[in-house]
Amino acid sequence: MLRGDIIREIARRDWLIVANIGYPCRELFAAADKPGNFYMLGSMGLASSLGLGLAVSQPGPVCVIEGDGSVLMNLGTLATIAHHAPANYCLVIVDNKVYGSTGNQPTCTAGLTDLAAIARGAGNKNVVRVTTPAELALALDKHTGLPAIIIADAEPGNENAPVIPLSAIEIKERFMAHVKKGF
Amino acid sequence: MIDRQIAEALQASGVELVVSLPCAMLSGILDEVDGLTIRRIPVCREEEGIGIAAGAALAGKNAVLIMQNSGLGNSLNALASLTCFYQLPLFLLMSHRGGRGEQISAQIPMGLAAPRLLDVVSIEHKPIKSRPDIKQLEFLIRHTYETGTVGAAFLSPELWHAER
Repeated sequence: MLRGDIIREIARRDWLIVANIGYPCRELFAAADKPGNFYMLGSMGLASSLGLGLAVSQPGPVCVIEGDGSVLMNLGTLATIAHHAPANYCLVIVDNKVYGSTGNQPTCTAGLTDLAAIARGAGNKNVVRVTTPAELALALDKHTGLPAIIIADAEPGNENAPVIPLSAIEIKERFMAHVKKGF
Repeated sequence: MIDRQIAEALQASGVELVVSLPCAMLSGILDEVDGLTIRRIPVCREEEGIGIAAGAALAGKNAVLIMQNSGLGNSLNALASLTCFYQLPLFLLMSHRGGRGEQISAQIPMGLAAPRLLDVVSIEHKPIKSRPDIKQLEFLIRHTYETGTVGAAFLSPELWHAER
């Protein structure tokens, strides 16, 4: 499974989707650009936090696409999610064991580090590891009712997805209009 | 009394979400906020709070990040490349450590640097030093939300001197 396969599976759903900096944004844009997509073009590590702020502020389902490298940059987020994430929150960590947007330098999950164990240790009750698109689809669909953290094992690799042509303000304004009308 | 007035200023200015880290100077304010109807999410690191506040702003909610001025150093990339870049409203309410009477020497470098760091990223900031300034704080926060900008205030230790 590649990151692109994971993103295509998530993008089929009519949720608010927050994508992490770099290729996750580009691949989501290429898979299915929608007003309910928030492309976080900077601030590596904060997609999970941004999605949490969204989930506590409006009732619709929120799915965040993070990477292993970006979650390792903001591990405290897993503790905050355990204590404050509402049921409409779902965090998918694409665990391809590398910094995929910068040339596949290995992260610590290529070695000894287990993000599912860290997420559970932080107090999260609903943590699953998936290895195929079918398992991912099942985990995404049954998460409703509980906040979820899904660690999706992936092979390294970026799709040939172009840089997003939208400005930050365009991304924000159409996203906010979409949220406001209750999508 | 000061703590209560600041918490009430937050409520009066339309704050709907507080994200916070503690400081010895802020503990009374955080307690007072918890006595109001404003939701508070304590975070583990300041930039996490910037992320949560940005998500709230995208859903149209008014957020404030309460932290020690030292936390500004942990927040700068997020402030510049998320909050300011997407032009999301946010108010930063900081205790200002490192001034006269500071007992912890390590507070001095960031105490000196924090206001100038905000200047570098073009964020307006005001010191809050006396009880009348708290009314101004209310207007500053409201202005931030009405204009969709980022604003900041530094709470000076002298604010509490009259009470101690």
